[in-house]
Amino acid sequence: MTLWLIIWRSLRQHALSTFITALSIALATGLLMSVWTIKVQSNNAFTSMNCGFDAVLGARGSKLQLVLNSIFHLEESPGNIAWEHYETIKQNPSIQAAIPIAVGDNFHGYRLVGTTTNLFTDVEYVPGKRFTPRPGGRAFDAEYREAVAGSFAAEQLGLKVGDKFQPYHGLIFNENDQHAETYVVVGIMEPSNTPADRVIWIPLAGLQKMTGHTAASADQLSAVLIKFKAGSPLIGKQLEQMYNKQGDRLTFAWPIAMIVAQLFNKIAWFDRVLAAVAVLVAVVAAGSVLASIYNSMNERRRDIAILRALGARKGTIFSAVVLEAASIGAIGAVAGLAVYGMITMAAAQIIRAQTGVVLDVTAFNPMMIGAPVGLIVLSALCGVVPAVKAYRTNVADNLTPVS
Amino acid sequence: MPLLEIKELKKAYVTPDGGTHLVVDVPAFTLEAKVQEALAGESGSGKTTFLNLIAGILKPDSGSLKLAGNEMSSLGESDRDRLRATTIGYIFQTFNLLQGFTCLENVLLGMSFGPGADRAHATEILKRVGLGNRLDHYPRQLSTGQQQRVAVARALANRPKLVLADEPTGNLDGRNARESLALIREACRENEAALLLVSHDPNVLAQFDTLRKLTELNRAAVQEVAS
Repeated sequence: MTLWLIIWRSLRQHALSTFITALSIALATGLLMSVWTIKVQSNNAFTSMNCGFDAVLGARGSKLQLVLNSIFHLEESPGNIAWEHYETIKQNPSIQAAIPIAVGDNFHGYRLVGTTTNLFTDVEYVPGKRFTPRPGGRAFDAEYREAVAGSFAAEQLGLKVGDKFQPYHGLIFNENDQHAETYVVVGIMEPSNTPADRVIWIPLAGLQKMTGHTAASADQLSAVLIKFKAGSPLIGKQLEQMYNKQGDRLTFAWPIAMIVAQLFNKIAWFDRVLAAVAVLVAVVAAGSVLASIYNSMNERRRDIAILRALGARKGTIFSAVVLEAASIGAIGAVAGLAVYGMITMAAAQIIRAQTGVVLDVTAFNPMMIGAPVGLIVLSALCGVVPAVKAYRTNVADNLTPVS
Repeated sequence: MPLLEIKELKKAYVTPDGGTHLVVDVPAFTLEAKVQEALAGESGSGKTTFLNLIAGILKPDSGSLKLAGNEMSSLGESDRDRLRATTIGYIFQTFNLLQGFTCLENVLLGMSFGPGADRAHATEILKRVGLGNRLDHYPRQLSTGQQQRVAVARALANRPKLVLADEPTGNLDGRNARESLALIREACRENEAALLLVSHDPNVLAQFDTLRKLTELNRAAVQEVAS
């Protein structure tokens, strides 16, 4: 009780420096936890994100660009492929579903993707879950200018069933480049927590034949999203061999997870830089604990001398200072959870808005324990320096004037 | 056996030029249990150093200092701390209260290093010195006289065998000084503690039946005064 009373009162007596140093520890803890969590979660979320497809067939080019464009609805399309390629691969007996898509237009920055209604009937984006319009809406009719908006896109654009809109040309919003056609929203999709939530789905022909598009685009596609039949372990390898090694006009992006993992490997240096910055912030924060307590030792000498004169052992004084530093670390570590919450929530929202991928920031990560405990231990270690100074305080010199 | 027995006790400080300056050189001194005794000492007579040696805050350079049967010079610092916490109550001229702690906490802290914090006893003793309604006040919220009473309560809370008082009335006005001195002496009697009080105030010294001059007791003080 005595030790904690001494520590508590000391923290209270130095409330401002306690607050500032605890805040710096909180920032360091939150930053460390956030960097690791976002890194691990985004890696997991992106590499496991395939919207229910195993592969993508597209124009000759980068597999990563093809996957980013057709699965994540990011990046430019690497080019178009002829309709016949879709017909060919659809006939393959090992293919369960082949969904053609065409991109090239947007509505206020949200992509319009032309596809067939098979997207709603043939695909489970996770086992047991299909892309389904909410009650009150329905899938578009391929014969009409109808649209089904992804949940996030609808929310951001304020679209609801019955609304009409005119698309804009290109993947980047330009208000001077509006198409003449008017589409009616006939459905809003249930949230799927996939990139599909950020897309407005329209009939394939609608996008192919939009005014201003070239005549050639009428029988062209951006990509074909492919789902293999269960029990066809060799089909991926066979198609990859056929399209990528033997052919020279198309790209078969498979397996999707490995292709996305390449992206994370490419930006791994960025993760390391972020981690290094977070570690540096932690070291500076721990240093601030050392500096604040050390600098207050002069004003504490008299109190230490009084405690010693009352019979406090040197070890008690040493422990009190180390525990005070550890307490600042602990306060900061607890507050760091709030910082972590704010950073990861903001990051998750940004990532969701930009990609449609949802991060599970509550998922356990060893850094969630490692960072707070590490900062508390580091703070305690930093407390050793002022504690040694306190330990060596000369009682007689600091108690009363010698006469 | 006396409560305190000193023989050839010496303590010197190192001067800035590297030499030594003898501050305490007491050939012999004894104090019996429950006895109240005053030491007359002017500034520079080594009285604080002498009391700090008895309290075990300082370790003597040579000589013998036995307190309650324990030879201080042979004890390590930790054991001296323990002996001080359990055997000695120390009242300082400047009170030395911990400003960040309430009256009650000041007393409890003093107890916690000795036999253990006893809130009921701490409250009781603060009531005894007239501060029953000031338990949760901080030292800065008290008058000088009240602060001195907290210091007295803290010194007596552990039921010490010896109370050391270093100019306990030095910072008090005449009325407060008289009241405070009476309180210290009475409380020591009630607790059956010996009292060794050092002062240069003739009014204080006149209250004691047994009075010794530090200049006669401390050979180093004689030289200091002479120089």
